[in-house]
Amino acid sequence: MKVRAFEHGLLLALAVVLLSIASVSSAEEKAGWKNGTSLAATQEKSCVRDTAFMRRNHMEVIKHARIDTVRKGVRGVDGSLSECIVCHVNKDDKGVPIPVNQEGQFCAGCHQYVGVSLDCYQCHATVPTH
Amino acid sequence: MNNTQDTNQKRRQFLLKGAAVTAAAVAPGVMLHTAVVAKPLGEAVTDAVRWGMLIDAAKCADGCDSCVQACNDENGLDLLQKPQGQAEDLWDQQIPKWIRNVKVKDNLSGHVTNLPMMCQHCEEPPCVDVCPTTASFRRADGIVMVDRHLCIGCRYCMMACPYKARSFVHDVVEHKLTRAPRGKGCVESCNFCVHRLDDGQTTTACQDACAKEGHDAITFGDLNDPHSEVSQALKEQSSTQIRADLKLNTGVRYRGV
Amino acid sequence: MMKKIYFREWGLESRSYWMLLVVLAAIAAIGGLAALYMEHNGHWVTGMNNQIVWGTPHVFAIFLIVAASGALNVASIGSVFNKTIYKPLAPLSALLAIALLLGGLLVLVLDLGRPDRLIVAMTTYNFKSIFAWNIILYNGFFVIVGFYLWTVMDRKMKCYYKPAGVTAFVWRLVLTTGTGSIFGFLVARQGFDAAIMAPWFIVMSFGFGLAIYMLVLMDAFKRDQRPLGDAIMRKLKGLLAVFVAANLMFMVTFHLTNLYGTENHAFEVFIMLNGGIYTALFWIGQVLIGGLLPLAILFHPTLSISRGWLTAAAVMVVVGGWLTIYVIVIGGQAFPMAMFPGKTIIESGFYDGVDGMAASYIPSIPEVLLGLGGVAVALVVTVIGIRMLKILPISLADEVADPHASA
Repeated sequence: MKVRAFEHGLLLALAVVLLSIASVSSAEEKAGWKNGTSLAATQEKSCVRDTAFMRRNHMEVIKHARIDTVRKGVRGVDGSLSECIVCHVNKDDKGVPIPVNQEGQFCAGCHQYVGVSLDCYQCHATVPTH
Repeated sequence: MNNTQDTNQKRRQFLLKGAAVTAAAVAPGVMLHTAVVAKPLGEAVTDAVRWGMLIDAAKCADGCDSCVQACNDENGLDLLQKPQGQAEDLWDQQIPKWIRNVKVKDNLSGHVTNLPMMCQHCEEPPCVDVCPTTASFRRADGIVMVDRHLCIGCRYCMMACPYKARSFVHDVVEHKLTRAPRGKGCVESCNFCVHRLDDGQTTTACQDACAKEGHDAITFGDLNDPHSEVSQALKEQSSTQIRADLKLNTGVRYRGV
Repeated sequence: MMKKIYFREWGLESRSYWMLLVVLAAIAAIGGLAALYMEHNGHWVTGMNNQIVWGTPHVFAIFLIVAASGALNVASIGSVFNKTIYKPLAPLSALLAIALLLGGLLVLVLDLGRPDRLIVAMTTYNFKSIFAWNIILYNGFFVIVGFYLWTVMDRKMKCYYKPAGVTAFVWRLVLTTGTGSIFGFLVARQGFDAAIMAPWFIVMSFGFGLAIYMLVLMDAFKRDQRPLGDAIMRKLKGLLAVFVAANLMFMVTFHLTNLYGTENHAFEVFIMLNGGIYTALFWIGQVLIGGLLPLAILFHPTLSISRGWLTAAAVMVVVGGWLTIYVIVIGGQAFPMAMFPGKTIIESGFYDGVDGMAASYIPSIPEVLLGLGGVAVALVVTVIGIRMLKILPISLADEVADPHASA
């Protein structure tokens, strides 16, 4: 009986993991945010890694940069959060940057869709500042 | 031109490593979240440098708070707003302050001294000793700071600091600067304007402000370099550490206290 | 030879049991809501600030954690020191220890600036930090005392009873040492920096834990109409008196040590003469309610026999104990740190004790509710525990407990 419960739990956990991974790839299409005014979109600049990789692993890339920057003082790392924001922030009609954690924006759009909480912006700036 | 080439090359290396990691995936779509390693751009700081400061209290002018203003501006502390409904005096006790003016009077002689107080960047920092998660740490170049990613907000470091240098962020932070991240529930303190130093600059905001006022009470630089201005000044005349009895070997030294 | 003692689940009438549970759960829920409110808004809604960084929640948490290790003592006297009369008291002792620690830790954790990062605290350790050690000690306490409770209650586990009991006893001493050391190692603060903090906390734990144990025991037996003889209560009463006296002795030693060194005179004057609320709480709370009054009752030839007075004494030990922690933790922070010996701070932009002024702190309602919630959680666990498990002896009447059987 107990073993059965354990198996069910395991299956459920696996299903959740697989579902969330599947939803990452479709989130961008389905969440339907406008991504037309960011530097990334207009200049067709390539990211630090290819899109498929970044969709699934951006947090690891950012985390690595964060450890280097905070604890070792290495700045200007490829894959630092501030660089993400510089490229991916959208601008409104007047050219004012829209916070990336605002509904439907680059970070929030996808995170909301897959239901993953976004912790970065409790502390980090959401638009490029100096 | 050279620069772009350089960047492209590094980007390519980055991508190659990414491909290797992708190959190591256990199943399509399921990644092992450990092996992502990129060659860091820029160099890590080393202990060849130890940042330090000399504050000449005799030059610290009565009534001047330019260093405090400059710090607040540089590190986004002036962006914090009193939450609605909070009492003015309690909020003033809760708002983070990295540098503050202190005026002391000698009990015997009555001599009055002005001085700024901030994190003393100890070589043996009590805040680092007590931190349960290693969030409070000392960088190789002597800067004592908080890694907000690891800080759980227990405030044990605030209990341990002999200088009351640390502040707790009591409210949600709406406006943040890229160079000075800050959020509710973490502890923070002066970090010698670490973003400037990492950027290759060699001054702190408080030092610049003090110099601009013409007081020149703050000298900042590399304590390990015998030719640096701060080392020369320290060698020339005597200076003291606050709470020298604790033998913390502070990176901030005072003259005229 | 003493009679065989049988244990049975708490047989309280269903209605009263659920009523009790609902009330306690409601208090716990209100505490949870208070924590949520504090976390959602940030700590500005509390009275805590950059001067008084540990407030009322910490007083509750430390009190409960200290009491938890003390509650286990009753069991240890039976299992480690072979006092037969204490053996039937062991299951409740272990259960109460687990329950109180759970309540205390919950308060501590929910007051963190980032309680959502608890996983960081569990995975990233700085082994020089007493806090990090305490995380291990607290978790270990649950496991060890849980296992010990198993060996007490399951006859098949009898062979592990003694080693489990000894391990639990040693572990609890180390745990309270760790709790006391949180303060003892704070070199910069005169109110804390003393090696005596660790043993003092252990002595406090004996008293607080036993007082709570006696209150729960008396109440649980009364509600279920189980006989509780005077023989056992006389033992516990005597023990409590010794612990309260020892606590007073450590308190006197701590302050006398401070009074010997001139550098600490200002702190002693603050606590004993001109510290305002802290002076009042020291004399009325710590000395009178937590020490002299319960001692007077416990040593009184007639009063100490009355269950009512005994309850009053135990309640005083609890209330006075809480106030003792308040004076130590918050009074110790309120007293300004001596940053410039021989000088007086006459102006400061950060409340550095201008003209020796103490830092101000007024406890806020959410803090108090969070703390009371922790107490309620401890009681909920205890109530459910004694209801579901065979924790309480059917009878502790004198002829069952038999004081002469103690070896």
